[in-house]
Amino acid sequence: MPDTLLFAMEAALNGLTAGVMYALVALGFVLIFKASGIFNFAQGVMALFAALTLVGLQSGQVPFSHLINAIFGTRIHHFGWTMPTLVAIIGTVLVMVAFAWLVERFIFRHLVNQEPIILFMATIGLAYFLEGLGDIMWGAEVKRLDVGIPQGMSGPIDDLTFAWFGYGFYMDTLELWAALIAGVLVISLVLFSQYTKQGRALRAVADDHQAALSVGISLRFIWVLVWSLAGIVALVAGMMWGAKSGVQFSLSLIALKALPVLILGGFTSIPGAIVGGLIIGVGEKLFDFFMQPIVGGATENWFAYMLALAFLLFRPQGLFGEKIIERV
Amino acid sequence: MIYREAGDFKTSYGADNQTFPIKGDRFAYYLVLAFAFLVMPFIINDYWANAIVVPFLIYAIAALGLNILLGYCGQLSLGTGAFMACGAYACYKLMVAFPGLNIVFVIVLAGLVTAGVGVLFGLPSLRIKGFYLAVATLAAQFFLIWLFTRTPWFYNYSPTGMISAPTRTVLGYPVTGPQASAVSIYLLCLVFVVALAWLARNMTRGTLGRKWMAIRDMDIAAEIIGVNPLMAKLSAFAVSSFFVGIAGALFFAAYLGAAEAGEAFGIDKSFLVLFMVIVGGLGSVLGSFLGAAFLIVGPVLLKLLLVNQLGWSSDLAAHLEIMIIGAMIIIFLIMEPHGLAALWRTIKEKLRLWPFPH
Repeated sequence: MPDTLLFAMEAALNGLTAGVMYALVALGFVLIFKASGIFNFAQGVMALFAALTLVGLQSGQVPFSHLINAIFGTRIHHFGWTMPTLVAIIGTVLVMVAFAWLVERFIFRHLVNQEPIILFMATIGLAYFLEGLGDIMWGAEVKRLDVGIPQGMSGPIDDLTFAWFGYGFYMDTLELWAALIAGVLVISLVLFSQYTKQGRALRAVADDHQAALSVGISLRFIWVLVWSLAGIVALVAGMMWGAKSGVQFSLSLIALKALPVLILGGFTSIPGAIVGGLIIGVGEKLFDFFMQPIVGGATENWFAYMLALAFLLFRPQGLFGEKIIERV
Repeated sequence: MIYREAGDFKTSYGADNQTFPIKGDRFAYYLVLAFAFLVMPFIINDYWANAIVVPFLIYAIAALGLNILLGYCGQLSLGTGAFMACGAYACYKLMVAFPGLNIVFVIVLAGLVTAGVGVLFGLPSLRIKGFYLAVATLAAQFFLIWLFTRTPWFYNYSPTGMISAPTRTVLGYPVTGPQASAVSIYLLCLVFVVALAWLARNMTRGTLGRKWMAIRDMDIAAEIIGVNPLMAKLSAFAVSSFFVGIAGALFFAAYLGAAEAGEAFGIDKSFLVLFMVIVGGLGSVLGSFLGAAFLIVGPVLLKLLLVNQLGWSSDLAAHLEIMIIGAMIIIFLIMEPHGLAALWRTIKEKLRLWPFPH
């Protein structure tokens, strides 16, 4: 096999695993959009916040220590203990659930019946608020997150591909794990929405708000539930990205990458989010691979958006989205 | 008892339709203009110009531009930063290519170039709307910034990748470059602000503005009653980008002096201008000014209070500032979705009746 083809294949495979990461973030968007019609711009910042909280709990940081120090002139920073990863994860989940409740109680309860674009702008405000809160609570420096997933080059893949093609592909073990975890997450979400009472209620709300209300489903409970689920998805995404490149502000920018993923997959489709993520991941890696000699690097910054833009012109509702019908 | 319209008779349709129908308002407006042109130049100093007044004027232009697109025509754009960059780079290239051309014309031309680019990225709005359009404009944001930082032609192959404004004069006074004084920069920006605000006000209350508003309120219905959506949407993109482009050109040439696309015109600029429009009031010329003032002066005051008075570290103050801005956006959307301009309108209504309840 020619070398270029092999390199392209390697790039495509790496794109697949990167796409899984995008899909993870996009999944959180889809969940909230389906259940409440809110396009949650804060999803990426939620991932950052969850990851920050996880690191903070793990290392026993005192929340708001900088603020407390600035006001009272004290010098506290750590409690002096560390938490096992699992306990810290459970603690973070609790924080995200509390956050979901607060968001429902103090923001979206007051914005019922507003136009979608107003809700969207409210989530931009929420994103800013949460970003500031995360920094004040846990400090803004780049943190290392270690959740016990092995990192570095994957040996088996290298050996296997070397045996097949005579050229070992470089793939990160962490990304393979991320793909696996994302798969488990999606399957459990599907099982949850198919086989539990709350899951059915969730689907009913997604189908028709008013009909769901009239058969006695509490919309408020569903909203809290769905924001909690999105928080948990954000935690998983934040954990994976954080373990890969450190917990820092740029984490929240991946949310922006999830937008073209949504456009490709459709705003209302969970499989769409996954497929869209994979297409974007592979597409941008291959595009960068082939176009680098011609236009220079860093095309990854915009390729996804331009692809989505081109796609929108032909299929505005996305690959799997519901057809948009408008009436006067 | 001062703010009254009694005795203020209108004898023609034009008089009834003027921007400030109440005598008191008109008087206040002329007073503000007189103060800005005749008093401010003598009392302004470098600190005031750099920290508050000039950024306020420039952002007011950008907010006006976005308000035309979002508030009047209902098309959400997250690419304001990139369009500002477009204006800045167009301004730079024109300044360098035509050294003899007056800077005022250069800035207007830069606005026109940006209008063209804006129309190009506005084309998808004919097919898509809402969030989808927001993502499409994000494409503009990332693509244009990438283009400006990666193509050496745009920054004339300068080794740092920065563009820096050469000195240009208006009536013999330098307004760009290192020799420009605070007063001349201020006056240049002020002239543009007044001219563009006048333009915006008169466009939005004419045929064009009514078409935009019809599209905003319900595009299908507007199309049925005979508004051409192609013309209305693209003209909104063109006019909006023209304003934003001029703001970008002024921001680069008069305010910063030297700029790098990714740093000066990143996506945070897009959000900042969007916040100004939300806080100030969608669909209001006055709102654009109020929003810009609020989001320029607010952080400065907060920083003065926290860093200079309480002695907090500046990054902590910065984080608190983002948090407060975010909370403010949410509070405004919940309590007063039409922004500061609506608040001002309510105050005026109350003032007209005061001290009587009805």
